[in-house]
Amino acid sequence: MSRTVLEMNDITMQFGGVVAVNSFSMHVDQGEIVSLIGPNGAGKTTAFNVITGVYPPTNGNVFFNGEKIIENHPRGKMKKLYAGTGNGKYTEHLEPTPDMITKLGIARTFQNIRLWKSQSVFDNVLIAKHLRRTSNVFSATFRLNAAEEKRQREETAELLNILGLYDVRDNNCTSLPYGLQRRLEIARALATNPSLLLLDEPAAGMNPQETIDLTDFVGKIRDDFKLTVCMIEHHMDLVMNISDRIYVLNFGALISKGTPAEVQADPAVISAYLGEDE
Amino acid sequence: MEKEKKKDLIFSLAVIAFVFVAVVVLENILPRTSMLFTVLKKGSIYALVAVSMNLLNGFTGLFSLGQAGFMLLGAYTYAVFTIPVSQRAAVYQYFDGGIIQFSLPVFVAIILAGLVAAFFAYLIGLPVLKLKSDYLAIATLGFAEIIRALFQWDKLGGLTNGSNLLRRFPVFKSSVFPLAVSGICIAVIVMLINSTYGRAFKAIRDDEVAAEAMGINLAHHKRMAFTISSFFAGISGALLAMFQTTVQAAQFKSAMTYEILLIVVIGGIGSVSGSVISSFLFIACSEWWLRFLDNADTYIGAFHVPLLRPGFRKVVFSVVIMAIVLLYQRGIMGDSEISVAGIRKKLAARKAAAAEKKVSK
Repeated sequence: MSRTVLEMNDITMQFGGVVAVNSFSMHVDQGEIVSLIGPNGAGKTTAFNVITGVYPPTNGNVFFNGEKIIENHPRGKMKKLYAGTGNGKYTEHLEPTPDMITKLGIARTFQNIRLWKSQSVFDNVLIAKHLRRTSNVFSATFRLNAAEEKRQREETAELLNILGLYDVRDNNCTSLPYGLQRRLEIARALATNPSLLLLDEPAAGMNPQETIDLTDFVGKIRDDFKLTVCMIEHHMDLVMNISDRIYVLNFGALISKGTPAEVQADPAVISAYLGEDE
Repeated sequence: MEKEKKKDLIFSLAVIAFVFVAVVVLENILPRTSMLFTVLKKGSIYALVAVSMNLLNGFTGLFSLGQAGFMLLGAYTYAVFTIPVSQRAAVYQYFDGGIIQFSLPVFVAIILAGLVAAFFAYLIGLPVLKLKSDYLAIATLGFAEIIRALFQWDKLGGLTNGSNLLRRFPVFKSSVFPLAVSGICIAVIVMLINSTYGRAFKAIRDDEVAAEAMGINLAHHKRMAFTISSFFAGISGALLAMFQTTVQAAQFKSAMTYEILLIVVIGGIGSVSGSVISSFLFIACSEWWLRFLDNADTYIGAFHVPLLRPGFRKVVFSVVIMAIVLLYQRGIMGDSEISVAGIRKKLAARKAAAAEKKVSK
């Protein structure tokens, strides 16, 4: 039995009257690749945003490596509006910012690529090393952290080498082809030394060959960096090939979960994607 | 690589030494009243405050308009703490000689000026740095205006001398002093920009959401940039007090912030060398080169040049600025920098190209 890395309990995310994620629970075990699928607007990215601290959930909590990192319950105006279940079950109020979550070891990529556009490929990765610094602003300004700086640069070069981006390290990141930009986003996330990697549609906009490469690539970095991966993806070939388990969301609610074969056979999933039989 | 770096450093130091020697020599040759020295003094002070504003607006992406307020804090701190004890009765004639009855050495007071500005920046930063873009600009502008009004308040007269001038504090005579102080401060800012913190600032500027997701604490880093920028604005305020020999809160209007913003934009948002170059050009144009336009009695031969009259210089100056902005839409330097290494690389590339041409012939 492997250790649970991430555990979400009864996560509800409600914006005013709109319930984006409705009492969603999931868990991800050490070394797994778990996919989150569902039609557009199903609440997948919102679930990621809750895990990474972008939105405090309306209700529910999140555990990471057995430690409670996020918890909230309906408060203020939301007390009346709240439409989810599990009300009253959670009492604590724990609302970390995204940088604190990243520090704990959860890194993410974005659905619409969010690289630092004025920076080179190398600097994009190097900047992500900033959070593991030991220097303060004085020691950094007056170069008293030269050893750390050198080590960070070496680690960055090594990471770029592993990910096959070393040859383009001095290019501006926006000059890269789409597939490489996505890969650079993964490199940047890896630079923060995560133990859990959240990938938001890593294959979006890729051609079939790039998608096949990505399948091998995700498996490879999982093994090389001893990661656990949770990913949102629309590309069914990729999802079915790579995932250990799959969660299917529709209109914010969980409609199916299990191994790729189980999910593919589930009538609820088929009707969500293809519509009901008349 | 290392060897070349060393070479570049030696070359840069040689250029800096040459500039200082040249200034000293010129000061001995030219008359004291030459406008060149005004430009050097005021230009270096504006260069420092422009670079400090660029650190915030250009490198961290925080659109702040509080620079004049922080300069005021620096100028007052310097003046209040350096007026000799024997002169205090004369300066604070309406306030029984003021409440402070000691004076600090010049350098201590300059650093204190920066620290006071930084302290106020820290306090004001706590609430206002949650705001973004235009809203932040309005909040900081408001802060600067409040500070200016507060310093003219009679009830604080024991400290600030109310709306009266502060004077008789130590000043500099040679342009070497402001050049050296500004030079050191700008060098420190450049080192900060090139450090891991500077890279984090640029990440915040490029994409806040991504920066936060990659573990950069936004509140902490924004406050840091704001405080450091204000520290240097405070120091430039102290230098400005020394340059003007008197300090009065009424001088630090929002128009001053706009002048600095203009310098930053013309020099290039995100370019330190651009800010420095454009400060000197700006001061030279506004104080020196266009002066002749103010002379109504200008004749070329027997021809009386029309339009020239006091104030016409400002009209021409505005046109020049518009022309520059139209020609260089991202400022004189864009976001690139002048550096010895850059020039060397360019020369090497040119040499290589020339050699290739020869071979192909």
